[in-house]
Amino acid sequence: MELKLTDYRTEVHVNWCPGCGDYGILSSIQQALFELKLDPSNVAIFSGIGCSAKTPHYINAYGVHTLHGRALPYAIGAKLANPELTVLVILGDGDGLGIGAGHFVNAGRRNVDLTVILYDNGVYGLTKGQASPTLKLGLKTKSLPKPNINQAINPILLAFASGYTFIARGYAYDVPYLKYLIKEAINHKGSALVHVLQPCPVYNDINTKEWYTPRLYKLEQEGYECIITNETTEEEYLRKISLMIQKANEWGNRIPLGIFYRDLRYTTYEERIEARIPSYRLNPPAKQKISDPFGKPITYIDKILEEFLI
Amino acid sequence: MNNRGISWLIGGAQGTGIERGASIFFTAIAMAGYYVFGKREYHSNIMGEHSYYYVRFDSKPVYSHIEKYNILASYDAETIFRHSLEGLPGSAIIYDTGYLNVKTKDVPTLDKRVREDIHGRFNNNFVSISDIIEEAKSYGIKSFPINYKEILNKVALKTGEKLSELTRMNNVIAVSASLAILKFDLAILKKAIDRVFKGRKVVVKLNSLVAEETYEMVNSLGYINEFNIKISPIENKSKRLLINGNQAIALGKLVGGCRFQTYYPITPATDESAYLEEHEILDVENYDPVKSEREILKGAGSIVVVETEDEIAAITMALGASLAGARASTSTSGPGFSLMVEGLGFAGMNEIPVVITHYQRGGPSTGMPTRTEQGDLRFVLHASHGEFPRIVIASGDISECFYDAIRCFNYAEKYQLPVIHLVDRFLAHSVETIEPFDIKSVRIDRGIIFDENDLKKLKEGGEKYKRFIFNSTGISPRIFLGTKNAVFWITGDEHDELGHITEDPVIRDKMMEKRMKKIEIAEREIPLEEKVNHFFPSYNSDLTIVSWGSTKGVILDLIDELSKEGYKIEFLQIRLMSPFPSNYVEKVLFNKKWICVENNYSGQLAGLIREKTGLKPNNLIVKYNGRPISLDEIYIAVKSILEGKSSYKVVLRGGA
Ligand SMILES: Cc1ncc(C[n+]2csc(CCOP(=O)(O)OP(=O)(O)O)c2C)c(N)n1
Ligand code: SF4
Ligand SMILES: [Mg+2]
Repeated sequence: MELKLTDYRTEVHVNWCPGCGDYGILSSIQQALFELKLDPSNVAIFSGIGCSAKTPHYINAYGVHTLHGRALPYAIGAKLANPELTVLVILGDGDGLGIGAGHFVNAGRRNVDLTVILYDNGVYGLTKGQASPTLKLGLKTKSLPKPNINQAINPILLAFASGYTFIARGYAYDVPYLKYLIKEAINHKGSALVHVLQPCPVYNDINTKEWYTPRLYKLEQEGYECIITNETTEEEYLRKISLMIQKANEWGNRIPLGIFYRDLRYTTYEERIEARIPSYRLNPPAKQKISDPFGKPITYIDKILEEFLI
Repeated sequence: MNNRGISWLIGGAQGTGIERGASIFFTAIAMAGYYVFGKREYHSNIMGEHSYYYVRFDSKPVYSHIEKYNILASYDAETIFRHSLEGLPGSAIIYDTGYLNVKTKDVPTLDKRVREDIHGRFNNNFVSISDIIEEAKSYGIKSFPINYKEILNKVALKTGEKLSELTRMNNVIAVSASLAILKFDLAILKKAIDRVFKGRKVVVKLNSLVAEETYEMVNSLGYINEFNIKISPIENKSKRLLINGNQAIALGKLVGGCRFQTYYPITPATDESAYLEEHEILDVENYDPVKSEREILKGAGSIVVVETEDEIAAITMALGASLAGARASTSTSGPGFSLMVEGLGFAGMNEIPVVITHYQRGGPSTGMPTRTEQGDLRFVLHASHGEFPRIVIASGDISECFYDAIRCFNYAEKYQLPVIHLVDRFLAHSVETIEPFDIKSVRIDRGIIFDENDLKKLKEGGEKYKRFIFNSTGISPRIFLGTKNAVFWITGDEHDELGHITEDPVIRDKMMEKRMKKIEIAEREIPLEEKVNHFFPSYNSDLTIVSWGSTKGVILDLIDELSKEGYKIEFLQIRLMSPFPSNYVEKVLFNKKWICVENNYSGQLAGLIREKTGLKPNNLIVKYNGRPISLDEIYIAVKSILEGKSSYKVVLRGGA
């Protein structure tokens, strides 16, 4: 049966504030899944806690709404147990880069094949607008009693330093382009980050739609491309990376969207497991039979027991 | 052999082969047909601090240690300073003559408290090894001085190895000398060396040569006939397993079908995960119903072991794998469990099967990382905010570790909840000879799971799959992530049957009651023998001992001794801590004289029994210095209780 776009929606009432950037991100994900013709039963969407984290309830796919900051380890566990799943991970900026920063960084080391979508609104939306780790130093958004006392994390550069092999940035109100980025990220083999600039009209009165619109431009329109392969020379690498860093730091009159970085040199964690356990893909943890029809265990440990028999 | 078997102790600086030496010793003894029990004591340090390994063996099973030795095998000065006066009359000290002039001040790792004790005893601040040895002799302890260097010199001459390279085999000299004075068969010792070094030819040859030379030296010194205990091999009809708790749990997990294990390194849990990773590729039996034959499929199965960034990731990653359909678990100790609490609550809320193997160690906080304690019972029972059902099972010995590890997964999947397997440092690192596992008796029960065909039928019948569907048992059929013909949602928020967020008071009540109902069902369904071990039940016992976990062994050894003196002792070992077998415990203890024995400060089980049954023990025996309870100390404590001479709370303080 042909899948329709509506097949990716649920009946759950969407309870984000009017005008919230999250609506655009939700549509982009649904459209991306639809255009990639992914069977909802083979897609698992994980989220942490926050306004952003409600997304899975609105998508007709397996939805795992977890703990604040912990979506990544849940997602990694599921993906490694069943590598056939398409895995999406929704992170809030507080969720992913504050309380869950350790997981965000360490996920990069593994390069598990999954797509992280980071909703960056500069605030802790669900707890009423406190400063998030991406809010710039000295800014005073609506509900802050005093200007922000911390510097901001740059998610693009943090992802790069951590080892993500695909790093892109989209904008919540540019649905077609965000959909394109999410599709590219899903198709990328390895850990992909899509950093989404997401206006929160209720608590972030600085980085608004009006603020973003004149500043945003697309990297590819300037002929920018950064793909690292095994053939890339040291010199080329340094040139590309320094340009990437320059672009990632651009945050003023101009703010770039697009694919900042693709690294095709690394194997995925699944491939690394397979190199050690040849039967892994064929018979991954979630698919293994562990008992016979009578309930008797079938794991054969007689060989192992020899080490202990005396 | 005397009535408490033979106790042997080897000591030395951490990192100098204590464990290797002990392995050779107990392997040789076990090969000669004896039951062995071995326990390790060490500091949270990699090199240099004092560490020792204790072994007791007998022709009947041994489950515990005593504070005294029959043979002290040393190859450094500190071991002699610390342990030599703990000998039984007629016992032996084996030591290197090279240390005779070493004084307490020359041993920087000898901590102040121990040093002052020694100085106090001699009334002198310059106590040397020869002083200590003389003192020991006056207690009736025999000394067996051996020039270790001379032995190594001979080996160096024969092999051309450098002497400096050979000094790391001082442990083997101490072991071999111990066996030599016992007139133990050298050929068996050599077999043990081969086994411990896994047949690595060069190493085996060198170590065997050291053993031979040591035997010769002991012989030439005329020590062979000086020690009054002799050990000759005994015939065994069937083989036994020589195994520790970490390994038994790991094997239980493999047999039980655990296919995903996560961990963040922590003593004393890590060894289990390392062992699993070492055995990540598994052979599986395939049963052909047509031919009714079994074949072994080599390497067809596997367990994925992931070292995570922290314990929060460890439990949540295991939960992700469980949602996808793998039997999943994680292993940790107190500090790690503290971090896992949030994930535990999530598993409870979302009815996700997961097994947490919790190895207790001395707490609170970092506590005593390498020492044992049973201080976390209350913690694991109550950890996390809110209320949800959990199963907690405490193993009492190494065999139980194996079977319980399997059972945990059945409970977890049948009742769809987190299961905590509670063990401790002592069980993890103690070695015992046990009967081989009866794998044929084991069953796997994965509970109610819908597959894509079930879901297709549901769909065709116009119904939607609901992950948390209300029914009479509270146990809703599970499906795994990726199963065709359906999806589900879950959330840490309170949720409706579909798994979507709700704050509706009516649904909240129903969902809460659905979850909690499962524990009542578990309580009804789990058979009594999985809840308690009730030894020597009687209506007119002199005393009933109640305990849990790793104290089982020493209590059984104690009862064996006391029964020889005519006492009638009953022992109730409680295994299932949640759901607690309140009715049975109450029935057994009502109107009895009973005591509770625990390796903690407050008597956590005693408190739990009081909470569940209203009953209070006549006495409480506790120990919280990080050392397991020894047979000699508990004997004295229980004897004085039996004689009515004891105060309510007895604190045991033994151990080095
Ligand atoms: C362990 C824990 N601490 C605190 C909270 C409270 N809390 C809920 S949402 C949230 C912040 C979410 O901010 P962000 O991740 O930026 O998501 P947004 O709401 O902005 O999408 C916090 C702190 C929680 N749920 N769990
Ligand atoms: S608080 Fe902000 S982020 Fe949250 S729903 Fe409202 S607008 Fe969106
Ligand atoms: Mg936010």
